[in-house]
Amino acid sequence: MRVFALAGRRLAASLPTLLIILVGVFLLLQLAPGDTVDALMAQMGGGGDAQVAADLRAFYGLDLSVPAQLGNYLWRLVRLDLGFSSIYGKPVATVILERLPATLLLMASALSFAFFFGLVLGVLAARRVNGWPDTLISTLGLVFYATPSFWFGLMAIVLFAVHLEWLPAGGFEEIGAGYTGLRRVLDIATHLVLPTLTLGLIFLAIYLRIMRASMLEVLNLDFVRTARAKGLDETRVVVKHVLRNAMLPMVTLVGLQAGTMLGGSVVVESVFSLPGLGRLAYESVVQRDLNTLLGIVFVSALLVITVNFIVDLLYARLDPRIGAGG
Amino acid sequence: MSAVLSLQGLTVALPKGADRAHALENVSLDLNANEILCVVGESGSGKSMTASAIMRLLPPGVRISGGAVRFEGKDLATADERTMRAIRGAGIAMVFQEPMTALNPLRTVGDQIGEMFRIHAGLPAKQIAARTLALLEEVRIPHPAQAARAYPHELSGGQRQRAMIAMALALDPKVLIADEPTTALDVTTQAQILHLIRDLQRRKGTAVLFITHDFGVVAEIADRVAVMQHGVVVEQGAASQVLHAPQHPYTKALVAAVPPLHAPPPRPLSDDTILRIESVQKTYRTGGFLGRGARVTHAVRGVTLDLPRGATLGVVGESGSGKSTLARCIVRLIEPDGGAIRLEGTNLLALRRREMRQAARRVQMVFQDPFGSLNPRRRAGELVAQGPIVHGASPAAAMARAKELFALVGLDPAATERYPHEFSGGQRQRIGLARALALEPEVLVADEPVSALDVSVQAQVLRLLAELRERLNLSIVFITHDLRVAAQVCDIVAVMKEGEVVEHGPIGRVFTDPQHAYTQALLASVPGRDFAPAA
Repeated sequence: MRVFALAGRRLAASLPTLLIILVGVFLLLQLAPGDTVDALMAQMGGGGDAQVAADLRAFYGLDLSVPAQLGNYLWRLVRLDLGFSSIYGKPVATVILERLPATLLLMASALSFAFFFGLVLGVLAARRVNGWPDTLISTLGLVFYATPSFWFGLMAIVLFAVHLEWLPAGGFEEIGAGYTGLRRVLDIATHLVLPTLTLGLIFLAIYLRIMRASMLEVLNLDFVRTARAKGLDETRVVVKHVLRNAMLPMVTLVGLQAGTMLGGSVVVESVFSLPGLGRLAYESVVQRDLNTLLGIVFVSALLVITVNFIVDLLYARLDPRIGAGG
Repeated sequence: MSAVLSLQGLTVALPKGADRAHALENVSLDLNANEILCVVGESGSGKSMTASAIMRLLPPGVRISGGAVRFEGKDLATADERTMRAIRGAGIAMVFQEPMTALNPLRTVGDQIGEMFRIHAGLPAKQIAARTLALLEEVRIPHPAQAARAYPHELSGGQRQRAMIAMALALDPKVLIADEPTTALDVTTQAQILHLIRDLQRRKGTAVLFITHDFGVVAEIADRVAVMQHGVVVEQGAASQVLHAPQHPYTKALVAAVPPLHAPPPRPLSDDTILRIESVQKTYRTGGFLGRGARVTHAVRGVTLDLPRGATLGVVGESGSGKSTLARCIVRLIEPDGGAIRLEGTNLLALRRREMRQAARRVQMVFQDPFGSLNPRRRAGELVAQGPIVHGASPAAAMARAKELFALVGLDPAATERYPHEFSGGQRQRIGLARALALEPEVLVADEPVSALDVSVQAQVLRLLAELRERLNLSIVFITHDLRVAAQVCDIVAVMKEGEVVEHGPIGRVFTDPQHAYTQALLASVPGRDFAPAA
């Protein structure tokens, strides 16, 4: 109950943030030269029929003043209508829904990969602190952290897709192969291996460092000494007493970095030509597709808020002291 | 009587570069069944290291380099890790000092006690739950069933320590090592826990190795005493003998440094009141979103006290009684909600910021923690000179004054160039005093100034404080939880409980003839209250 009260408060607090983001992006895009109609006209092969352009502007409501446009947009949003994308010729909601699964899948797999291996490697490094496993793991972590992810992606394509031909170089699935059921799942999975690694490695490096540091800190706490004095062996001490305590800072970090991860997926989706939200966002900026872009901002903000909400719940579940008021 | 646990010439080596070569040197102790052996010493004496060495839970780099630890026919100094794990918890159990941190905050108390049975006995879950409950009943925790389901933060300090004891006694160990188990507790709770340990020890015939720095506790609980200094046992014997007829000079000095609970004859007090605290109020409101779940704590409610010029007013009470909040209200580190603080008639609470800064030099504060209250990045001299510089002194004059003050508080004037970490705890508290005195205050507010110090250092600092009071005609508000210390330094004492002063008056009267039930309980709880060193 206290957990939900806490989470509800967090949720309420994120609403103003969402509004500020939306208004900010809306105004920012007004500053960019050109609008959807310019982009459309360019697509249709240019030609400067001013009357057609003016008609189109009136049709899309672009002839109104900026505050009126903003007001219209927000009012539609309240009714959960994300508007119509003039570039794609269908409702924004449909466009986003088509792209959402790829991004969600990529984020979830990269996050799980980074979290799991960051945890394991961090624990290993902390157990053998200053020994060779620690040095090796910490050095690797530094390398992953320092290397730009697009370069990682490109090198991975060169090695695994071009030279070794083990994995596909890009795309979400084999188009036209017509796979169904388990075969399709496998196909998507092989396509996601390289993007997941590329996106996950940098986060793995961060989680690994955090985990190592917090393990070392927790290992020095009094209750660990109590556990040892009870006659627990080292493995049980780590699994039963240290791990959960050491995971708390890492869980916080996951919530904080959900947004960063969404940003990182733009690069990775471009490198691996994945049809995801990140690519869609980039394309809508280029094409001045304001409705789609705002829709993406709205959905990503919702995504980040949801991840944080889950992290909050998880945190309260992990730590009984949270929400106790102290 | 045969020894259950026997240390024979135990030597523990410290890593190279430590301040001494051995943490323990040739320590020989015998712990018999059904007795409490107190190991006493000041910080750095190696008393806690002895416990760690017996359990073989030494910090990395520290190792046993000689001697033997005999327990049940085995030598624990050379036993393998597997054997040690079987003995830890089941044969020799431990209770630690900090009940706050010695339990895992993320697991329930019952779960952590049950773990003892899971690792050593392998009982079915149902039986474990029943045994855990029985243990919690045995250590007389209120509502044992609820306590078993509670997380450590939901219990009070005393309850947590009871849970720790329950955990240690789960498998009926032959030996219980208690490392300062009551140091972090309030005096009334401490009395209960000591009583509990004594009682359980009698009933179960456990041998208890009780580590403490407090001679009051020793007098209360010990059958035999071993005194340690710099890793060496300097004296051991029956409690009565060591306490009343100490042989070794170090023991003599330690015993003599224990302040007796009865007050010295009263000093004449001035009729002139320098500081008047008038119905001061402070209420804390925490948490709460849109008014939900808000908690209100009345830290100080309507306290009225007078401090005569040149006198020391003691404020005693347990944690949470509001004594520290009151101290901070006096110097306006915390803004009181109501009332007045009159310094020679001027109400400090009515002053504006700028005026208050001027007035601040007349009332200065000394803090408890000599480690946390000095900025580690500034030189000691700068810390002392800072106050006068803020109030307009030239840096050169302020530094010269700092050197004089160092001499005044018994430090080497050349030490002004050093950083706080280069000083010992007692020396740091002297720096804290010099810093407070730099502004030539008339009133000194000392918040637990000696609680973090060893007993011999404590005696020195108290002597210094008394000396300075005479020489500089200071009036002191002295906050303490230690009634022995209060008895020695205070002229008037106020006993606080839950934000209110329940009793106040001349110390001799309050301590010999307490009127309020709480004062009586407090005095009755002081460990070894009848023990006073032979003067």
